[in-house]
Amino acid sequence: MSLSPATAAPLRAIEPAPGATRPIVEVRSVSKTYPGGVEALSGISLDFPEGKLTTLLGPSGCGKTTLLKIIAGLIPHSGGQVLVDGREVTGPGPERAFVFQDFALMPWASVMRNVAFGLELRGVARSQREAVAERHIARVGLKGFEQKFPHELSGGMRQRVGLARALAVDAKVVLMDEPFSAVDEQTRRKFQEELLELVANEGKSFIFVTHSIEEAVYVSDRIALLSRRPSRVSAIIEPKIVRGGDPEKIRRDSAYLDVVEDIWQQLKHYLD
Amino acid sequence: MQTSELAPALPALRQTPARNWRDLAIHPLVLRLVSFSIALALWEYAGRIPLSPAFPTFLETLAGLGSLIADGSLFKAFMITLHPLVIGLAISVVLGVGLGVLMGLHQPSEWLIAPLFIIAQAAPLAALIPILTFAYGIGLTAKIMTVCIMAMPVIVLNTLGAVRNTPQSLLEMSRSFLATRSQCIRLVILPAASPMIFAGLRLGCAAAFIGVILAELLITPTGIGDLISYNQSVADYPKMYAAILSIILFSVLFIEALERIEHTLFRPETRA
Repeated sequence: MSLSPATAAPLRAIEPAPGATRPIVEVRSVSKTYPGGVEALSGISLDFPEGKLTTLLGPSGCGKTTLLKIIAGLIPHSGGQVLVDGREVTGPGPERAFVFQDFALMPWASVMRNVAFGLELRGVARSQREAVAERHIARVGLKGFEQKFPHELSGGMRQRVGLARALAVDAKVVLMDEPFSAVDEQTRRKFQEELLELVANEGKSFIFVTHSIEEAVYVSDRIALLSRRPSRVSAIIEPKIVRGGDPEKIRRDSAYLDVVEDIWQQLKHYLD
Repeated sequence: MQTSELAPALPALRQTPARNWRDLAIHPLVLRLVSFSIALALWEYAGRIPLSPAFPTFLETLAGLGSLIADGSLFKAFMITLHPLVIGLAISVVLGVGLGVLMGLHQPSEWLIAPLFIIAQAAPLAALIPILTFAYGIGLTAKIMTVCIMAMPVIVLNTLGAVRNTPQSLLEMSRSFLATRSQCIRLVILPAASPMIFAGLRLGCAAAFIGVILAELLITPTGIGDLISYNQSVADYPKMYAAILSIILFSVLFIEALERIEHTLFRPETRA
């Protein structure tokens, strides 16, 4: 117990100078060993700037989802420290919202109830939470589908519900675990464009997990390349792509293609 | 002008009645009626051969049923049979679902309680009836116990399985949106488990009907069991079969009603 101030002191020293914006999420030498001895993460350190979209990219099984769920407080880490907005993570918190790869919608609940579920759990009165949910349902383009059930929606629409649910609780940090991997390619591209718009307009910080290099480069302000298990950060890449204007132009932009190629060269050797 | 427009439509028109007829022939309701008619016709035929002097035709059985209803003995018998059935079933449902949920949420109590029910489900429980009679006499208690030991194992084990099989992602979702343990149980685990719990309840009800008839045939003849064994002893086979038929019908309707209740109360998404 008495050790923690002492260990915290040197960490404070390496904090950026006053004036620089503090990262919204700080991961400090976090390691994770699963019961049975599988080492998923070993001493990973990473900062996530506020108001940006940071992507965790790496070969499959490299522990990127594990890291995301540790930040979410869904699984405990075995060592190190995770700070969100300056406070240490010990479990899920109201300043973080999660978007699940498999949507995780309740099949027995309408779109309205699914989207309002985070607020329902927080004890927000029905009329109030439904007003908020209605706004976010419209925000993700599902106006008119409020009373539908998940099985009546397409995969893409289901993930819109998952996204609306995460936005409805108004968390500072939105954690997205391969959110577009279960939707078709056209929907995926549409989603990526909408995600950019969301990052630009919502003032939230996004942490995004994907295994698609193109997707990462297209949507991210910052990409953390993770190595194979036990994973470490092998590179930080900031694709300085000029956004705005025609989204199709970005996909043909030479800067975009160069970054994709660069990342591919770095990841290639993990394949054998 | 008009004829030339009609001409291409004509073959379609000619096909319509035929298609309608075929649609009707494979309509679920029609097929069910056909299935029933075949079974009843076979029964009628077997009774007329005759298969055995103790095997009445379907029409004779219907006549027997008519006279049982007319003299009020069927109604009286049902009232007597329903007594242990309803009490036993109520105990089995409340206790069974309760124990199942407890075990599903709490591993040690599963290890403590589940083996009993796994054995009970596999054992030929009718063999226990003499012991029950020895312990509880020939009154209502022994009959209620028979209903319980028949109905409870399947209800308990289905409920346990249902609670255990709650999708992991829904559990993570509720935790990440800050559900308390009791919210998680009430709003996620129980609704997710309810289809399988109800499947167990339907099986449990069917087993309870078997239990109560076994008790009435093996312990002391009362109610429907009495109608069956009395009419058998006086060789009034149409009435004997009418009593059997009536309890089968009642059981089927009861379980059907349970399914309707489940769909209206617990699965809004399955309603049209």
